[in-house]
Amino acid sequence: MSTDIFFYLFAAITAGSALAVVLCKNTVAAALSLLVSLVGVAALFILLDAFLLAALMVFVYAGAVVALFLFIVMLIDTYGGTRKPFKKGTIVASGFALALLVTGLATLAQRGALATPEFAGNAAPLVPVGASLRAYGEQLFTTYLLPVQIVGFLLLIAMLGVIVLSKKFEGLEDVK
Amino acid sequence: MDFSFYFDLPLWLRLVLQGTAVILVLFPIAAACSMAERKISAWLQGRPGPNRTLPPLLAWVPGIWVLQKLGIFQLAADGGKFVFKEDPVPGHVNKLYFIAAPILAMIPALTTVVVVPFGAYLDSAGKIVPLVLANVDIGLLAVFAVSSLGVYAVILAGWASNSKYPFLGGVRASAQLISYELSMTLSVLPVFLWINAPGGQGTLSLFDVVQFQSQPGFWGGAWFVFTMPLSAFIFLVALFAETNRQPFDMPESESDLVGGFHTEYGAFKWSLFFVAEYCHMVIGSAVFILLFFGGWNPLPWVTLTDTVQALAHIIPVATHPLFMGILGISIFLVKICFSIFFFMWVRWTLPRFRYDQVMNIGWKQLLPLSIANLIAYTIGIALLQK
Repeated sequence: MSTDIFFYLFAAITAGSALAVVLCKNTVAAALSLLVSLVGVAALFILLDAFLLAALMVFVYAGAVVALFLFIVMLIDTYGGTRKPFKKGTIVASGFALALLVTGLATLAQRGALATPEFAGNAAPLVPVGASLRAYGEQLFTTYLLPVQIVGFLLLIAMLGVIVLSKKFEGLEDVK
Repeated sequence: MDFSFYFDLPLWLRLVLQGTAVILVLFPIAAACSMAERKISAWLQGRPGPNRTLPPLLAWVPGIWVLQKLGIFQLAADGGKFVFKEDPVPGHVNKLYFIAAPILAMIPALTTVVVVPFGAYLDSAGKIVPLVLANVDIGLLAVFAVSSLGVYAVILAGWASNSKYPFLGGVRASAQLISYELSMTLSVLPVFLWINAPGGQGTLSLFDVVQFQSQPGFWGGAWFVFTMPLSAFIFLVALFAETNRQPFDMPESESDLVGGFHTEYGAFKWSLFFVAEYCHMVIGSAVFILLFFGGWNPLPWVTLTDTVQALAHIIPVATHPLFMGILGISIFLVKICFSIFFFMWVRWTLPRFRYDQVMNIGWKQLLPLSIANLIAYTIGIALLQK
């Protein structure tokens, strides 16, 4: 019962502040709403007994990523001029995304619940993977090893991309 | 004595009582740190420091001059002053965030204490039980996670003040705290690699770290500061940077930024920032002691359990949970006080770094050093635990 109340509370906080991220005119307020939203997601993880994920969520996203956002946002002009009109591609893409979202929500409403994945040997008690460090680590380095490697590789490419984009190469002298 | 009446209380009431008790200890310690800072700086600079304040009503008490010389009443007067003096809010600030920032500073500072163990006792079955508000598996990660939120108070204070010096302070804070968080996290990894031997359940609990340093034998009883001195050093340097203490107090930096992020603040709001800073120092010192200095064990190779069992020959009540708990907490507090003294000692000894030096130390020296340290210990631990 109390879990239900907490779920609705944190879900409302998460969704409400996520909306505020999009709607706030003031960019600092938007970044702070993002912070509240991420902390709300961490609270939802705790309700799912995924303490490790909750701590990582707060540590990495709320603690570092949003701080970097704020760092950037504070350096740029936050009250800058009027917005440019949307490009055609943006309108088409957002319409497509909205259609996907509506379809997904409609399917969910029709079924009444998300499809529960079937586990081999349903009789065995299901240990929440995020609950214990050992279970989490084992899953990460056995079952999900390939996705982890791929994500790591993508991050590496992104990092290299940032270096290439932000560093001005003038002649071959710098590249050496 | 029987404490079963306490355990019969409803859980929520016990948690409220325990939480209140911890805050009632932590908050005065953090406040007393401000007086300690003044006294220690005075001592290091060869002057007496605050030693005059005395309420006239108490002047007749014999021996009160000791407290007067220690500046205890100056502390009370300062605290009272912060409550009663005018609390100006400049006209050009963003009011909501300006007022929210000091409150936000206090929340992470007081929340992290939840997962920090501060003592232990033996229950009737002879099993050692930690004294902690929440003994969770992810202890240290939770400390790092919550304390990393402390940066928002400084950023917001700097931004909401809407003037140049505080703003520079806020920008510096966000860059500095993120830079040193990396080295700090990397420096404690060898400790957890070492205690999580293959086949274990896997833990990040600070209580388990202390238990690991309380084993019998030469290597079992050695504190991690002896086996991993470089990790301890990196952690300590990063801790100075994370708590904005000199020589890393870039966000404040009176000599070039007036007062940094709190230039526009006064009265009680200003004091909240400072109590929060001292709370961070107390908790940071506590974590440092738990990780590298054996927690509540009195000396290396001498555990708290051994101590009370030896004491039991002289005073029979020594193994009583109450006695052992209080002894453990006292030892831990003494260590914390020394660590805070060390913080102040460094503050009044070393000159402040320049901002570019802070960034260079963080990224070009401390981070490579902590990565090299991690790799070296990973190889060493893999060979030793094979």
